[in-house]
Amino acid sequence: MTNKRNNQLMYAKRNMWTGILFGFGLVAFIDEVVFHQLLHWHHFYDKSTKDIGLVSDGLFHAFSFFATIGSSFLLADLHRRHAFWLKRWIGGILLGAGVFQLYDGIIQHKLMGLHQIRYNVNIVPYDLIWNISAVIMIIIGLVLLNRTRR
Amino acid sequence: MHTHDHSNEISDLVQIILVTPFVLGLIGYLLSVSISNKKKKQWPFYRVVLWIIGVVCASLSVIGPIADRSHEDFSAHMVGHLLLGMLAPLLMALGAPMTLILRTLPVHSARRLSYILRSGPISILHNPIFTSLINVGALWLLYTTELFPMMHENVLLYAFIHIHIFLAGYLFTISIIYIDPTPQRKSFIYRSVVLLMALAAHSILSKYLYAHPPDGISTAQAKLGGMIMYYGGDAIEVGLVCILCYQWYRNTRSKVKAANLQLQKN
Repeated sequence: MTNKRNNQLMYAKRNMWTGILFGFGLVAFIDEVVFHQLLHWHHFYDKSTKDIGLVSDGLFHAFSFFATIGSSFLLADLHRRHAFWLKRWIGGILLGAGVFQLYDGIIQHKLMGLHQIRYNVNIVPYDLIWNISAVIMIIIGLVLLNRTRR
Repeated sequence: MHTHDHSNEISDLVQIILVTPFVLGLIGYLLSVSISNKKKKQWPFYRVVLWIIGVVCASLSVIGPIADRSHEDFSAHMVGHLLLGMLAPLLMALGAPMTLILRTLPVHSARRLSYILRSGPISILHNPIFTSLINVGALWLLYTTELFPMMHENVLLYAFIHIHIFLAGYLFTISIIYIDPTPQRKSFIYRSVVLLMALAAHSILSKYLYAHPPDGISTAQAKLGGMIMYYGGDAIEVGLVCILCYQWYRNTRSKVKAANLQLQKN
């Protein structure tokens, strides 16, 4: 048991990054499946999109599924090394998910005009819930990461 | 876009010319398998299956209904592009053709071939940055310039672009995932970063096409085509990323074993 504890400490950083990448991919996946495909709230393309918005969307789109797949293999690797640390991993997930959601909600939706959360409605409550939930995830994630430092 | 009676005959001819290398590739592959199986251990059956499906995908895009329709229908063109430039190269690369050739050839010819493959000019063809540029870079060129309408006017240009799409797609695939023996291998991180950039450029181009139709393409067709390129591309890219990550996972196994052993000693 102490052996596993040692491994966890040795791979503390990797546990965190595996979580962050997975959280990142997870939010992008939920965004695509729920908001684009099921609810049809998000639009594939919005006329107000700036060029930089297209670039940002393409980069984050590619990065998100790369992160999901890559972090799954990293997770398998942590188990193989007997170094998986659940609490720290979850902390990473919440931090990654929150940061991406906040970036999406503020920079991509608002500044780059990529698309709005929903159309033909009063957007303010949607934006508030979106961004506040992102901040809550970031805070819980940081707390968990801080508690699993040693 | 322009359908005349005599141009139909020419386009039939072009279709046959374009499909010929793939048919020859299939025959050559099956012959090599049967010849080398007599001397060496059995060639993995799944590689044969992947090669066959890959050849079928490539052929579907250059001959038959998809190829016919792609002149008038942008979404058919996009489906053909995904098959020829992405799916067929991936499946055919998984068929490990170079390994098969090297084990089929007599030893001295195989040595000479592998010597040539390791030489300088050839090795640039394995460089992921170079292959990304000729792959995704060429797509940007094709869809955002006059090249696209010109392609449908000029038969030679049409043939050249289709050969290029397949070859660039194939070289790109084998510069990212190493199935066959590859000289001057790049690190996992290097290949990941380049792949990431190439995937992003592909996604950006699909959305750009959605909003900015190429010459002669209607808005509705460009929208559908752009979405096919975006999501269809994703599906194939997921496969590519999974294989790349799996190769990393497999290659670090020995390091993990050493680390675990070290820990047990302590």
